This record gives sequence, structure tokens and C-alpha cells, in this order.
Amino acid sequence: MDDILVKIRDLHFSRGHRKIFDGLSLDIPRQGITAIMGPSGSGKTTLLKLIGGQLQPDQGSIEVDGLNVHQLSTKKLFALRKRMGMLFQSGALLTDLTVFENVAYPLREHTKLNEAMIRQLVLLKLNAVGLRGAADLMPSELSGGMSRRVALARAISLDPMMIMYDEPFTGQDPISMGVLVSLISELNSALNICSVVVSHDVPETLSISDYAHIISDGKVVESGNPDVLKNSQSAWTHQFVHGEADGPVPFHYSAKPVLEEFFE
Amino acid sequence: MISGIIDKIQHMGASTLHSFRRLGWASIFLLQVIASGTGIFIRPGLLIKQLYSVGVQTLIIIVVAGLFVGMVMSLQSYYALVDFGAEDSVGVMVALSLLRELGPVVTALLFAGRAGSALTAEIGLMKATEQLSGMEMMAVNPMQRVIAPRFFAGVISMPLLATIFSAVGVLGGYLVAVELLGLDYGAFWSQSQAKVDLYLDLYNGIIKSIVFGVIVSWIAVFEGYDCIPTSEGLGQATTRTVVHGSLAILFMDFVLTALMFTK
Repeated sequence: MDDILVKIRDLHFSRGHRKIFDGLSLDIPRQGITAIMGPSGSGKTTLLKLIGGQLQPDQGSIEVDGLNVHQLSTKKLFALRKRMGMLFQSGALLTDLTVFENVAYPLREHTKLNEAMIRQLVLLKLNAVGLRGAADLMPSELSGGMSRRVALARAISLDPMMIMYDEPFTGQDPISMGVLVSLISELNSALNICSVVVSHDVPETLSISDYAHIISDGKVVESGNPDVLKNSQSAWTHQFVHGEADGPVPFHYSAKPVLEEFFE
Repeated sequence: MISGIIDKIQHMGASTLHSFRRLGWASIFLLQVIASGTGIFIRPGLLIKQLYSVGVQTLIIIVVAGLFVGMVMSLQSYYALVDFGAEDSVGVMVALSLLRELGPVVTALLFAGRAGSALTAEIGLMKATEQLSGMEMMAVNPMQRVIAPRFFAGVISMPLLATIFSAVGVLGGYLVAVELLGLDYGAFWSQSQAKVDLYLDLYNGIIKSIVFGVIVSWIAVFEGYDCIPTSEGLGQATTRTVVHGSLAILFMDFVLTALMFTK
């Protein structure tokens, strides 16, 4: 039983003519919160879809818990997916079911538990995210932050070994943001699992992560725990982590020199 | 100027190839949907729910349309036949045209417009809000849970709706011919009974409506599943369902009529 849950080796993936991953390799440890960060469009969400087997890489391998994801049969892939929880950016709740039914959905599909048992489990999961009282609401009646918490309750309903969070903090007000940050951290330590957080909200993400990888231009730019990254020697990483306006990624779009432009 | 013409030819060629590629993908999709139909035996509740939303909710428009089409057919046939003294054959005209043509075709066109576009919009919206993706990640097969019940609900509903359309149409024709225009009650029904053949007219009409059901449902679920997940893409997909579905119905109607009714 080794220490690394997800092993990505030499991953190549393109969308049409655009090369998204160009020989990416990284490890995700079995326990703890691992952050994957990078500028917009660096393919972070695509990476989660590749790990979940929804997309096929052009080259390279992804191993989850010792199994090569893209060489599994459909049945084995579905069995693996039951052990992975995924939280989508929009929550992706089924809109024609109540909150209770949404969280109960994986339990009804994949287990043969009776109704009383399912009710206990669903209410426990909803209680963990603080929404036990909202069990009878419809997804359209929930705010954005609340639907993400319901989606989180659904993601943990089968007690997975790993949860993937796709941009969980985007567009949240400060209180919802604080709620989500503390939920992710507490759930990870309570369930003792692997959490993969994909985000470009650096301060929030680094405050709860145990380890982080920064991706840009299809490769890993730097990896390490949050302190190492904050004090990085690389100028690009420094600009990214501290959110500086000017640095290796310039503020000014390339233009003629000032003297030439203004004093013809 | 020459390069402009060459560009246009190249563009035409590219879009033709794209259409054929899409048709091929749609055919593979149809086979996958039919193969996923086995899931319905495990969870029949899904099919029944879809039969309600696809079939039962289209019923009112079918009944109203059928009534008016039958009434208009009867009126027009009367004025066409009365000059030849053949007004007693109005019943035959109405019944045959409804059972053979108007029933299946008009029902299919109304179905494509109402139920087809609703199916496309629903599936497209589920795709746009990542619900289908979410189901895949929960190890639930969206083909079995979402697409196949809707497809089979459409295939089952169509012949039933077409039959109801024809029945209500004949009744509407009876109302106009006998009550309004004063034709003989006995002549109306006995002539229809004599001339309408079970195999040639009724069964052929049902076969047509089953074929139309498969085509409309196939186009509707495919366009929804394949749409670009933006609001613009969804609008284009629903338009395509109605337009392509209607044209495909009319084309298949010609093919089937030629096969069934030419001697």
C-alpha cells in the first residue's frame, strides 16, 4: 500500500490544435490536501477529467491506486469512479430531484441499503456540510454556495478514497468562501482521505493545502508545500503566488516605446 | 476572384464531409441508445415518467389538431365531391386520408415541434449544467438513465398518438359531414367500413408512425446530447431538431408511401 495515490507520468493531451499538456508528470499523495494551481486556461479542469477517465490522453499514463485508468474496462472504470468523488464548479446537482434525493442518488444506484438506512446516511452527510434542514428544498431554491455544499455531501455519500474539487472557491462571497475552505479542510482530516483542489485562488487554497503543484504551459512549473512556494526563488512563481501585477508576465502588452508613440 | 470561388467550393466540400461525419456519429449513437435500452427493465419507473412527459402531455395538442384536421378534410372533400354526386364518399375520403397520410405525418410534425424540441432542450441543458458529466463521475451511465428512457418513450408514444389523431379526426369529419352538412349517417359509416382495409390502411399507417417515432426521437435526443453547451448552441440544437425532424419525416413519408401503396 504505497504512499502515492495518483501517479501521472509524461502526459500529453491536445484539444484540436492546442497542446494542453506537454509531458506533465506529478504525484498526488494518498493522504492530505493537494492543490493544483495555475493561470486560467492551463488545463486544470482538463486534468481532473483525465484522472477521472472522462478524457483519453494522447500519450502518457495516469495511475490511480495502482490501476492505469485508461486501460480499464468500462465495468472496472465505473468501479473505480465509485471510489472517487468529484465536485464540479457549478455543483452539477440533478435539477428535478430534491436535495435529499440528490445526496441519496449514489446510495440508491450503487448499494442495496434499505430506505431507513439511506435516510440516516443522507441526513448524516447533509449534517456534515451544515444543510440537514435544507433536505426538502429543490436545487433551484439554493444559493450558489449552498448547492456546492449539497454537491459536496453527494460526493462523500459513498465514502470515497479521494475527492476532486474543480474551482470550489470561484465566485463566492467571503462567508461562503470561509465555509467551503473550512469544510474542505475538516472533511479531509475527519475522513483521512486525499483531496485534490484545482483552483487559482492562491491565498485560500494555500491556507489549507499540504502540498501544491503549479502548472503552466502544459508542464509543472514548481511543486512543494505552501511555505516553499511562498518563498520560491523563481520569479514567475513569486509573481503568481503573491499576485503581483508586473513580473515575468508583463503588465504592458507589447507596444512601441513611449517616446516614439507620444513624440513623433 | 478565382480564389474566392475556390474558397466557396472548399467550404462546400468541408461542410458536406462534416455532415456525413455527423450522420455517422449519430448512427453509432442510435445503436448505443438501443443497446442501453436493457436498463429500462431494471428501472421501468424512468420510462413511465418519460411516457407521461413526452406522450401524455402532447395529447391535448394532438386531440385538438386531429379534430380540426378531420373537420376541414370533411368540408373540403364535400365541396370537391358534390359536383360529381359522390358526396356520400366523404366518409371514405376522410378516413383513408387520415389513416394513410395525415394521421402519421401531422402527428409526427406536431410531435417533433412539441415533444422533440422539449427533449432536445432538456438533454442539452443537462449537458450544459454538467449534470451528464456529474452522472458519469458518479459511475452512473447517462445513456441508460437519461437518454434511453426518453428515446423509447418517444417511439412508444408516436403510434399511440397517431392512432388517437386519426380516430378523433374521423369523429370530427362525422360531425361536419352528418351534423353540419346533412349527409346520411348510414352512408358515412358503411362506406368507410367497406373501403378501409385493416392491413393496407390501418397497419400501414401504424408502421409509418412507428418509423416516424424512431426518426423524431433519434434526432431529438441526438441533437440534445451533441449540442454546444451554451445558450446559443442550445437554441441552434432545438431549431435543428424541429427542422431536420420535419424534413426527415416528409422524406420518409414519400419513401414509405411508394413502398406500401404503389401496385
